[in-house]
Amino acid sequence: MSHRGRGLLAATITVAALAALAACSPGATNDSGEANDTVTLVTHDSWSVPDEVIAAFEEESGYRLEVVPSGDAGALTNKLVLTKGNPLGDAVYGIDNTFATRAVDEGVLAEHVPADLPASAEQYRLEGAAGDQLTPVDWGDVCVNADDRWFAAHDLAPPRTLDDLLDPAYEGLLVTPGASSSSPGFAFLLATIGKYGVDGWQDYWTRLLDNGAKIVSDWSEAYEVDFTAGGGGGDRPLVVSYHSSPPFTIPEGERRPTTSALLETCFRQVEYAGVLEGAANPEGAKALVDFMVGETFQEALPENMYVVPVDDTVDLPPLWEKWARPAPHPITVPAEEIAEHRSEWIRAWSDVTAR
Amino acid sequence: MSPGGQKRYVALAAAAAAVPLAVLAVFFVVPVVGMLRLGFFPDGELDLGGVVETLARPRVGRVVWFTVWSASLATAVTVMLGVPVAYALHRLSFPGRRILRGLVAVPFVLPTVVVGVAFRTLLADAGPLGFLGLDGSAAGIVAALVFFNVSVVVRTVGPWWEAMDPRREEAAAALGATPLQVLRTVTLPALRPVVLSAASVVFLFCATAFGVVLTMGGLRYATVETEIYLLTTQFLDLRAAAALSVLQIVVVVVLLVVTGRTRPSPVERVTVDTVARRPRGTDLPALIVLGLALLLVVAPLGTLVVRSLRVDGGWSTEYYRALGDADASPALAVPVGTALENSLRIAVDATLVALTLGLVVAVLVTRRTRRPGPRRLLSLFDGIFMLPLGVSAVTVGFGLLVTLDRPPLDLRGSPWLVPVAQAMVALPLVVRTIVPVLRSIDERRREAAATLGAGPLRVLATVDLPVAWRPALAATGFAFAVSLGEFGATSFLARPDAPTLPVLVYQLVSRPGADNFGMALAASVVLGLVTAVVMLAVERLHLRGVGAF
Repeated sequence: MSHRGRGLLAATITVAALAALAACSPGATNDSGEANDTVTLVTHDSWSVPDEVIAAFEEESGYRLEVVPSGDAGALTNKLVLTKGNPLGDAVYGIDNTFATRAVDEGVLAEHVPADLPASAEQYRLEGAAGDQLTPVDWGDVCVNADDRWFAAHDLAPPRTLDDLLDPAYEGLLVTPGASSSSPGFAFLLATIGKYGVDGWQDYWTRLLDNGAKIVSDWSEAYEVDFTAGGGGGDRPLVVSYHSSPPFTIPEGERRPTTSALLETCFRQVEYAGVLEGAANPEGAKALVDFMVGETFQEALPENMYVVPVDDTVDLPPLWEKWARPAPHPITVPAEEIAEHRSEWIRAWSDVTAR
Repeated sequence: MSPGGQKRYVALAAAAAAVPLAVLAVFFVVPVVGMLRLGFFPDGELDLGGVVETLARPRVGRVVWFTVWSASLATAVTVMLGVPVAYALHRLSFPGRRILRGLVAVPFVLPTVVVGVAFRTLLADAGPLGFLGLDGSAAGIVAALVFFNVSVVVRTVGPWWEAMDPRREEAAAALGATPLQVLRTVTLPALRPVVLSAASVVFLFCATAFGVVLTMGGLRYATVETEIYLLTTQFLDLRAAAALSVLQIVVVVVLLVVTGRTRPSPVERVTVDTVARRPRGTDLPALIVLGLALLLVVAPLGTLVVRSLRVDGGWSTEYYRALGDADASPALAVPVGTALENSLRIAVDATLVALTLGLVVAVLVTRRTRRPGPRRLLSLFDGIFMLPLGVSAVTVGFGLLVTLDRPPLDLRGSPWLVPVAQAMVALPLVVRTIVPVLRSIDERRREAAATLGAGPLRVLATVDLPVAWRPALAATGFAFAVSLGEFGATSFLARPDAPTLPVLVYQLVSRPGADNFGMALAASVVLGLVTAVVMLAVERLHLRGVGAF
């Protein structure tokens, strides 16, 4: 090819490239003009709220709601920390009590407490400044679930406590998602820390693994592959899941679930909402947080996100009243302590479980 | 070439190079540098103490070692399976081979989380293959990596092999060489450049896989990529993450330099349209490998299909029907049809960008020059576009969030972020598919054509195109598949009201309930089917294309 040819070729390609780039920029318009009538909510991937509820908010407040799912609670919190000052949205929902203090300490949130916070929500409020920034919206218990049908068929009484899980009778029966890669997995680790203390849990886990506990990377795998009642033909009748999981195992045409949650093994996760510091539309964000503790939103929580509303005057679905009862005395670890030791605990857990 | 012409050529080449470089800079270099800066300058001042401390941890040594050996082993196995499969599917003629070509491409686009479930359903102690004891083992990780990447080798090597002149092999055979000798002395040396090309891409994919490593390894194994993922999304330890990212970049650069060094000097290749022939006795080994590869691909895919059709212990298409109904699950932001439409539309844009930029890069880096300066510059230019494959998607993703948020690069939420980001992932595949072919063209053929009076476009059409169209089409299908399956960057950038199909699958999987899970599996099957159909359609296109050239 002559040099002219090369030049022409290069030029043609450049033009083509520019044209292609231009062609695929469907209106790179700036939407800052509509910032004041839109409120943007940054949330986790499990966000799921019916259209009617969103419409109710939009009608009530006059704002249009835009939702930005941003990974699990951990990824969500860390994204907010990294984009501090120029946030991804106006309000956040889905920071839980295991990440709350990090978000508060990093100065990600602005102060706002809804005027009519339900009385029953007070007990979930964080202490100090954090309590004025994060509004509790809902909670749920992470508990070991047992496949009752399996235990009945094997003539074995299901375990009840964390201690029971070390009993040789239950050897090789438990599967749990890992604490380093899964939020219920971390909650289960916290249950053991709350129960056995900051110096005792390592020994518990060593013995748990000696008793054949299996660790997998996430909840859906534990439940859908290894759990006997999960549909994957697994061989482990004990799984770390939620207190709200049993109603999902009611067989077609029957009235009782085939599984139950072991209520003495539970750690309570509380989810919060808040207004982001530097929000383009702080008023809209406040209206949204207020709406989330209001009746319409609270009522939609159990059926759609499988969590319990903080407002205890809201009726739970009938199946929940019966089959998804929460732990009367969940195991707790103070939020500040979690924030301070989180990395250390996960690292130590990884060392204990690497074998 | 006259001095004036030379200058003009250099100027135009630089202008052409500027476009892909600018895209790379904005969508890759800026975000990565942004994250590294957060790690190295925690409080505005350079702090290398954290870096040194991180790299000195004994764990890091183990992690790097596992990354290198697992990725190397997976690459070796992928090549050993992929090359015979490429031969069988592209040189032999037997019923159903087109379907098989489409089938082999499917794993490449499937969401890791779903493949993880499919693999683990097979390999778990209670599963049909539980007796192998592969669940939670390094071998399980390698098997899944091979599953994902075998199509990279098949689709890079296949078209090249298809266009390879069989007469040299025939001549060797006529001179008395045994089939094995022909393979060793004629065929394999001719395939070397393209196999190396494919292997380096596969290695990068394997070394940066993290979902597979976590899922298949049961959290017992850590690679550089899983460490960066945990450090960034769980610990927010940006110093350690930055240190590991730099380590990763160094490893990738070393790899690229090494493969660049071993690149053989171009051999003249006469390209012909070979006619695929019926299998003979000597093809038996290739067919056996094809059978093995198909088993590896079909077993997990089959598990996936079966599980998507099992509802409450019976058979039903309930999950598939639910996909069309946005009210079937609150987890479904949009009906699957809409998500698929988003995916396809984005994929068309991404493919256009990747193909255009890829052609520019491929044409530029294959220009011959005898002076060492420009030659080095060109090979640097070549290597630089491989980097996005070898650098953590987490680093790039978080980097996009922290850097593209203010003028002049206020791109957050811009609708073309997704296609361009996907194109950056597809670009290296396009380049690696086309470069070996363009490099094999003897410059004298272009000169001869020009001497005989052909204009530049005519030269392009008669010398370059007949050789390059086949790999270019393969690259198109490839880029399309990359875009359809891309999750890492897309999950960071996709607009919430316009999720792609893989994003929707993840949203379904992250929620409890057998229905959501079943629908996630069904949606993955749909994604796989669409991919296979697109791949087959591209092949048809390329058949009709023959006459046009």
